[in-house]
Amino acid sequence: VQESFGNQSFRMERKTIDLEQGWDYMQTGITKLKRILEGLPEPQFDSEQYMMLYTTIYNMCTQKPPHDYSQQLYDKYREAFEEYINSTVLPALKEKHDEYMLRELVKRWSNHKVMVRWLSRFFYYLDRYFIARRSLPPLNEVGLTCFRDRVYNELHSKVKDAVIALVDKEREGEQIDRALLKNVLDIYVEIGMGQMERYEVDFESFMLLDSASYYSRKASSWIQEDSCPDYMLKSEECLKKERERVAHYLHSSSEPKLVEKVQHELLVVYANQLLEKEHSGCRALLRDDKVDDLSRMYRLYHKIAKGLEPVANIFKQHVTAEGNALVQQAEDTATNQAANTASVQEQVLIRKVIELHDKYMVYVVECFQNHTLFHKALKEAFEIFCNKTVAGSSSAELLATFCDNILKKGGSEKLSDEAIEDTLEKVVKLLAYISDKDLFAEFYRKKLARRLLFDRSANDDHERSILTKLKQQCGGQFTSKMEGMVTDLTLARENQTSFEEYLGNNPAANPGIDLTVTVLTTGFWPSYKSFDINLPSEMVKCVEVFKGFYETKTKHRKLTWIYSLGTCHLNGKFDHKPIELVVSTYQAAVLLLFNTTDKLSYNDILTQLNLSHEDLVRLLHSLSCARYKILVKEPSTKTVSQTDSFEFNAKFTDRMRRIKIPLPPVDERKKVVEDVDKDRRYAIDAAIVRIMKSRKVLGHQQLVSECVEQLSRMFKPDIKAIKKRMEDLITRDYLERDKENANMFRYLA
Amino acid sequence: MPRTASKTTKKRSKPYTVTSSDTDPVPSASSKTKKSSKENDEKYKLFNKYANTSSGVIDPEGIEKLCSKLKVSHTDIKILMLAWKMKSERQGYFTKAEWRRALKALKVDTTKKLKKALPELEEQVRKPLNFADFYAYAFRYCLTDERQNCIDIETICQLLDMVLGSTFRDQVDHFVDYLKIQNDYKVITMDQWMGFYRFCNEISFPDMTNYSLELAWPLILDNFFEWMREKQA
Repeated sequence: VQESFGNQSFRMERKTIDLEQGWDYMQTGITKLKRILEGLPEPQFDSEQYMMLYTTIYNMCTQKPPHDYSQQLYDKYREAFEEYINSTVLPALKEKHDEYMLRELVKRWSNHKVMVRWLSRFFYYLDRYFIARRSLPPLNEVGLTCFRDRVYNELHSKVKDAVIALVDKEREGEQIDRALLKNVLDIYVEIGMGQMERYEVDFESFMLLDSASYYSRKASSWIQEDSCPDYMLKSEECLKKERERVAHYLHSSSEPKLVEKVQHELLVVYANQLLEKEHSGCRALLRDDKVDDLSRMYRLYHKIAKGLEPVANIFKQHVTAEGNALVQQAEDTATNQAANTASVQEQVLIRKVIELHDKYMVYVVECFQNHTLFHKALKEAFEIFCNKTVAGSSSAELLATFCDNILKKGGSEKLSDEAIEDTLEKVVKLLAYISDKDLFAEFYRKKLARRLLFDRSANDDHERSILTKLKQQCGGQFTSKMEGMVTDLTLARENQTSFEEYLGNNPAANPGIDLTVTVLTTGFWPSYKSFDINLPSEMVKCVEVFKGFYETKTKHRKLTWIYSLGTCHLNGKFDHKPIELVVSTYQAAVLLLFNTTDKLSYNDILTQLNLSHEDLVRLLHSLSCARYKILVKEPSTKTVSQTDSFEFNAKFTDRMRRIKIPLPPVDERKKVVEDVDKDRRYAIDAAIVRIMKSRKVLGHQQLVSECVEQLSRMFKPDIKAIKKRMEDLITRDYLERDKENANMFRYLA
Repeated sequence: MPRTASKTTKKRSKPYTVTSSDTDPVPSASSKTKKSSKENDEKYKLFNKYANTSSGVIDPEGIEKLCSKLKVSHTDIKILMLAWKMKSERQGYFTKAEWRRALKALKVDTTKKLKKALPELEEQVRKPLNFADFYAYAFRYCLTDERQNCIDIETICQLLDMVLGSTFRDQVDHFVDYLKIQNDYKVITMDQWMGFYRFCNEISFPDMTNYSLELAWPLILDNFFEWMREKQA
């Protein structure tokens, strides 16, 4: 309704309205309004009535002093509410309780808002000018403040109790009137007039306390009675219900606070008891592969600060225990059984470790949603047991042997290419957990050499594939030598072709026998001891011829012959039938002696060949005491002794036309470990010098920790070893101790 | 991948020397010009009493003679202190210049006076600042070769006893026991030698509660510490 009245120029003299008179008139309107609110039969205001009421106020406010009654009307406006509240509203509320009281309150509040709306419309003119001039609260606020001060302040505590009682009732499973609660709580919010303080202080804080103690009670009995999975199910359900509660009638800002309280009482307070429950706790769930329950556990504890740490810890312990058990199993089998079956067990161990890794990686990705804590737990668990020794072999060696078994001929021919690739992939991943990576590299290199040189490699593609994977994981430096070895073989084949061409073009250069030479680049291949064996003359000629050829290609390289790696094919002219013998060069050297003499003593052979006792015994054993007895030993005891004598066994025969006489390989483990130790000493030296050169002055602890870090990619250096190298560097004048502080070191340029 | 030795071995500097004169008491009042050649003659006369006439230095035999005159054993620390005072470079030999240096510093010119001066010399050397220098000197003195930079265990044991035996009896006894039974080291370096001195001064013994394996103690002392702990258990 516009106050157009005021704008029209009315020539009529307005009659002054007296305060009492005017107020009496207003009272009629107020009374009518009250009657409507009370639900009494009363027609609604029509526009004329409304206009009159409004105009009355307007006139009384715009009259000339002393008849401008703005202040008085402002006060009377407030008094109208106070009167109504005191006489009618408050008594009505006070006589009711519990749910009934709540309903009454909702009704009275709703009424009050209507009353405020209407009255403030009647008195609107005050809002336009008066309140601003006097900096007074606007009519709306005055009206609401009356309710707050007179009704709300009186009753909010009682109301809060009633609400909480209903909430708890609902928690116990009974149906309650959610809409009612929503309306009641809306009052708390609205009465704050823009601030949430009333809701928070007068209701929420109590509700939270009550909820906490409610769940505390529940938790204390559930934790005794229920299994871990059941308890978790209940907890999950409770949290879901509480969230629904918020959605239906609590204010949304209560959600995080309520959830935190419930979580705290159900999951934080009893975390330890829950997770460590004897037969159903985290450990048991892992043991029994209860994937769903573990996923639930993750979901529940994920949102709690540091909640996942104990779970991850138990996971780590479990995986470590399983890994340790596998290692122990292999260790026990190895001690109980013979040597060759034991090594099979060790290979079985690697397979099992891979399976273990696959299994628990699935857990990490699925149950534990790829969370870093669990990735870390898995990694640390594997690092613990993957570095244990089994029956004297380090894990590095076991892994290298495992690779060798897959890659060599007769190793894994039953597996498909994909299966092999997959296994190689997993093996490389396992390497990440092994701290002595340099030891693995050395064993791998030695076995690779054997595969390449004796043509025992099953598949070139697989060989290259694993090198690529190793390179990706450990860097180019790790695989550079191995790659060099593979390349060498390719070059060697080309070289052999050139050699044969050379022989074709130079009839004078005739080795006399078919000769294949493989030239290796020294730096790439493992170091081999080469003995100065006295070669048979036939072989000496071969060496000369090849040297001649090689010098036509280059004069800048030195050739060192490694006879221990050579293979010879001999024709054995036995009585029954000739048989081709495939032997090592050394074995051939021994056998060829018998071309000129029938019988030779151990010492004869020793002198003629110029070998060590250890090597000669090995050779003679393989030829006279093993499966194929090409030589007859006198006396025919099981082992070779220095007093024995040997004779060519003309009676020897076999159903095959060609037989391979194996020479059991020397145990390379000791040499590998020695070589790696030596390389490590150099590596530590280099790291210390590198660090000190750049830092110039550094404290002991820092130097040690930086050293460890730099070297960690290849191995875990022993602190004592680092100290020893440092002392050596002091003696060699690379470093000195600081004069003032003995724990500080200086680089000496 | 053997490392090529690219570093040239340096002539070892002697960082521990401290000029004897710095630690002497107030210099004599007599001016240098007044120092008569007569006094030097006395010193040389005394020198010649013990020196080997053909080599022109006091050799081990001469030192033995000197010791018996001084009524000290030739393994007495005071002789070593005398060597330190004169900055003697070669074990078992005193040159003329070295001899003169010592006698001048001690202000003596007869054997009798020298004998009297020895206890005072010892007192002086035992002062912490001097002793550290003396301790380092003792090690260098035992090196028989220009290129050598370490001393065998047996000699070290004797040297420790002589040099530290009176002040750190307990530590020396235990450490010497250890040195004799361990196999890690056959020789001791200067760093290890000085480390032990530091050990005696800084670490309470035999509890060694303030020792830590995390610090930069020489490895041989770490091993000694662990050995002691095992014994104490």
